[in-house]
Amino acid sequence: MAVLEMRDVHLTYHTSEGPVPAVRGVDLSVAEGEVVGVAGESGCGKSTLISTVLRLYPNNATVEGEVLVEGENVFDMKWNRMRAVRWGEAAVVFQGALHSLNPIQRIGKQLAEPILIHEKGATEAKAMKKVRELLEQVNLPARHANAYPHQLSGGQKQRVMIALALSCDPKVLLCDEPTTALDVMVQAQILDLLKGIARDRRMGMVIISHDLSVLATNCDRIAIMYAGRVVEQGNARELFDRPAHPYTQALMGAFPTIGDGQSRYAPSGLAGDPPFPGDLPEGCSFHPRCPRAIDKCKTVDVVLEPIGPRRAAACIRVEQEAAAT
Amino acid sequence: MYPRRAGSSSDVTTLEPELVPTKAENVIEVEDLHVTFAGRGGGTARAVDGVNLAIPKGEIVALVGESGCGKTTLARTILGLEKPASGVVKFHGKPLEYRNRALKKYRKNVQLVLQDPTGSLNPRHSVYEAVAEGPRTHRMDDEAGRVSRAMAQAGLRPPERFFLRYPHELSGGQRQRVVIAGALALAPEVIVADEPVSSLDASVRGEILALLLKLREELGLTLLVVTHDLGLAWNIADRIVVMYLGRVVEQGPTEEVLSNPQHPYTKALLSVVPEMHAVEQIVLLGEPPDPTKIPSGCRFHPRCPSAFEPCKNISPTILSSVIAVGSEALPHEAACHLVNPPPAESR
Amino acid sequence: MTTAQPEIRIPSPRAIAWQRRRVGTGRFLVAFSQYRTGLFGVGILVFFVAVALLAPVIFPHYLLDPNANLQNPAYASPTFDSYYWWLGTDDLGRSVMAELAWGTRPSLIVGLVASLIAMFLGTLVGIASGHFRGLFGASMERLTDWFLVLPFIPLVIVLQAVLGQTSIWITVLVLGITSWPGTARLVRAQTLSVEGRPYIERAKVLGNSDWKQMNRHVLPNVMPLVIANTTLTVAIVILSMTTLAFLGLLDPSTISWGGMLDDADATGAALQGAWWFLIPPGLCVIGVVLAFTLIGRTLEIVLNPRLGSE
Repeated sequence: MAVLEMRDVHLTYHTSEGPVPAVRGVDLSVAEGEVVGVAGESGCGKSTLISTVLRLYPNNATVEGEVLVEGENVFDMKWNRMRAVRWGEAAVVFQGALHSLNPIQRIGKQLAEPILIHEKGATEAKAMKKVRELLEQVNLPARHANAYPHQLSGGQKQRVMIALALSCDPKVLLCDEPTTALDVMVQAQILDLLKGIARDRRMGMVIISHDLSVLATNCDRIAIMYAGRVVEQGNARELFDRPAHPYTQALMGAFPTIGDGQSRYAPSGLAGDPPFPGDLPEGCSFHPRCPRAIDKCKTVDVVLEPIGPRRAAACIRVEQEAAAT
Repeated sequence: MYPRRAGSSSDVTTLEPELVPTKAENVIEVEDLHVTFAGRGGGTARAVDGVNLAIPKGEIVALVGESGCGKTTLARTILGLEKPASGVVKFHGKPLEYRNRALKKYRKNVQLVLQDPTGSLNPRHSVYEAVAEGPRTHRMDDEAGRVSRAMAQAGLRPPERFFLRYPHELSGGQRQRVVIAGALALAPEVIVADEPVSSLDASVRGEILALLLKLREELGLTLLVVTHDLGLAWNIADRIVVMYLGRVVEQGPTEEVLSNPQHPYTKALLSVVPEMHAVEQIVLLGEPPDPTKIPSGCRFHPRCPSAFEPCKNISPTILSSVIAVGSEALPHEAACHLVNPPPAESR
Repeated sequence: MTTAQPEIRIPSPRAIAWQRRRVGTGRFLVAFSQYRTGLFGVGILVFFVAVALLAPVIFPHYLLDPNANLQNPAYASPTFDSYYWWLGTDDLGRSVMAELAWGTRPSLIVGLVASLIAMFLGTLVGIASGHFRGLFGASMERLTDWFLVLPFIPLVIVLQAVLGQTSIWITVLVLGITSWPGTARLVRAQTLSVEGRPYIERAKVLGNSDWKQMNRHVLPNVMPLVIANTTLTVAIVILSMTTLAFLGLLDPSTISWGGMLDDADATGAALQGAWWFLIPPGLCVIGVVLAFTLIGRTLEIVLNPRLGSE
């Protein structure tokens, strides 16, 4: 059963300089206990995509499509139901979470807040008991409930943010760049923790990152986004070992395999920059930077097509090759 | 010794790898450096606690470690931005003088590229002014020519197209090129790059790293790259120096250190790099301790999965930077009792 | 490398700097004009400045001379005969309208000049205390705190009384040297914030001296906020000056709104029902202060978000 399902989601910001289509038709589904990774760079729309789940986008944005949390479409929900869903059924660990904690309140109090809001009949004592349990689940000693944010390290603060997200036992957890700005060792600890949580609590989890290698070892499936669309998706291991779309290949190349002689003194990357969503080229939005672009790419707008068992890519060249084999 | 691609202009590289002389002149030398800060809440933070380093001309050295290991402090001390508590930084064999005029002269030779290109540029200055700042400060002649050349070298072509742009009109990669051009405008010998690509998009990293390599080849620049990213070191560094809590724990040619790490810390760091799925992950517990409370003996022993008896009491010897007479290759060394057991009588 | 060109057409550094200023000013004006309250404030200010400049033309000086107006009745109520008398006369038979018009000058002059002094001192001390760590910076900071703590109005009164009433410029000096701490505080905070940014470090690494760093980077980033703050300081200075005048501490030969209020009070205009002498000067003070406050607030709003995102 899919705990989270997105069907043909579009989101456009209406700015003073014209409409900016940040998300242009994305389908994504997350099953119970599954970890899905969304990778992409600046301007690809991944953070915006996540904001649609809890309807956290600003007023000047219009959305289309459906986002189903446990079968219910969030766009159809009334305000009260939406408030209950927020945190009660789906929670977000935001990017830059390290700065999201209130510096003048103790950790325990901040963790207790959503519990007191969402659970009827919750008392302070019961909430604090749950807070201690939550801290344990994220491998923090319970006495940290009395600490202030500045007394914790970056990794510890991130764990607190994860605990905060888990406080109302949601079924869906969305993590936006949960490990950026953390050291590699701490990154590994946090990712292990998230994997364990998804497995133990049978939650659906979405992890967003610009670092494809982070996702490869921690996700079951991966979707690569570029300019508001998913350009490739499939099983994480397969995608990592045999990337099909030229963009995915470029992303993979950016993080070399240590030990591979080919990448010594040969950093690989793409020319140009990720496009600004308000200023997309005609045809395939990747064609200006694509090493395998042909004339057709400049005029034909590609959509995601299946290219194998549970693999899909949005690329004319890839489809041609898949059809040929 | 330092394999380089054929056809580069640096005079050292026309020789076969094994014949590169070991007495290539050291541009930067660091001897027994100690840098301390007043820690928060009292105590002294020993950010750099005894480091020896020698960087020959034209080499790319990666200084690697987690936050708090002292790599940034070491880089800043090499730049003259921090004064050491003891020890010396030498440029072409001469120790640094910290008087204003001497430092200013030094700055023409050793430049810095910071992590965040957006923050490194004054948003009110145009690109031309940003790159011209160095030549203007040092009252160099032919300012316009230097700016043009520097920008072209940094890949901003044609330079004129960028002169009147502002940082917020450029992409992240372009901004970083402007910062690099600003450093190049002074025609330095050494560039210290602190996480040069970590805040850039992944697809843009390759270009900037390729630029750094090109600058080494075409201009003979020496590069010290401070990073936590081992993949970056693998991409461009000749030599890698791994630091932990103020000391160098392992150093040597990049291929050797990363293919065959000796120190348990390096092994752990490598194992958690996500591409290394062949290796079993060694996820260390806890976080790097406070530089104000450095553990006794080997400072890594509380987190080391292979610690044994001497590690608690005996500190491993500080790695030297001197290449032993008669040896051709740069040694691959680790400061660890497992690798170099301490003498029997001191156990 | 670059394709060889016979001549590199680079605009001169001066041209680049001016282009930057033009672009910046253009953007600023567009942003400012979005705020109606700010434009309203500018309108009021323009009105008062015009009055100040044209006062001698519109209201000949003899209207202010008590000797020339002996035959006029004291406290004559307003008439519509000639615009000189729209607000009647004061206790000495002089035209209230003329006095109001001429009174614009001291207010604006003292307001602007004293604020400029305060801005200069405040910026100097503020940047110094923000930039220099160690003894010098700390002592600058203590100096600012000390002055901030002294009660403003009593200090101003004491200084004015001690230094005498011989000239309006004494007042300018007094108000200037007591109004700078607020600016200094603000400038120090802004300096610290700007200095935390990487481009200052870059400037240092490129070889810039302390002075150059402050001049090239800190000052341009600090100035916009200083200007906004100075505009608000003008409002305070004018109010303070009015207070001093009301207390009779100003040079009596200068016609000022505060002086008019003092005269009205001293000669019992209220008892006579001469509202035309009592109320208009107060309204004028309110008007000018309002103008500067609105402008200052709008400047802060316009300048702050950009500084915040930089």
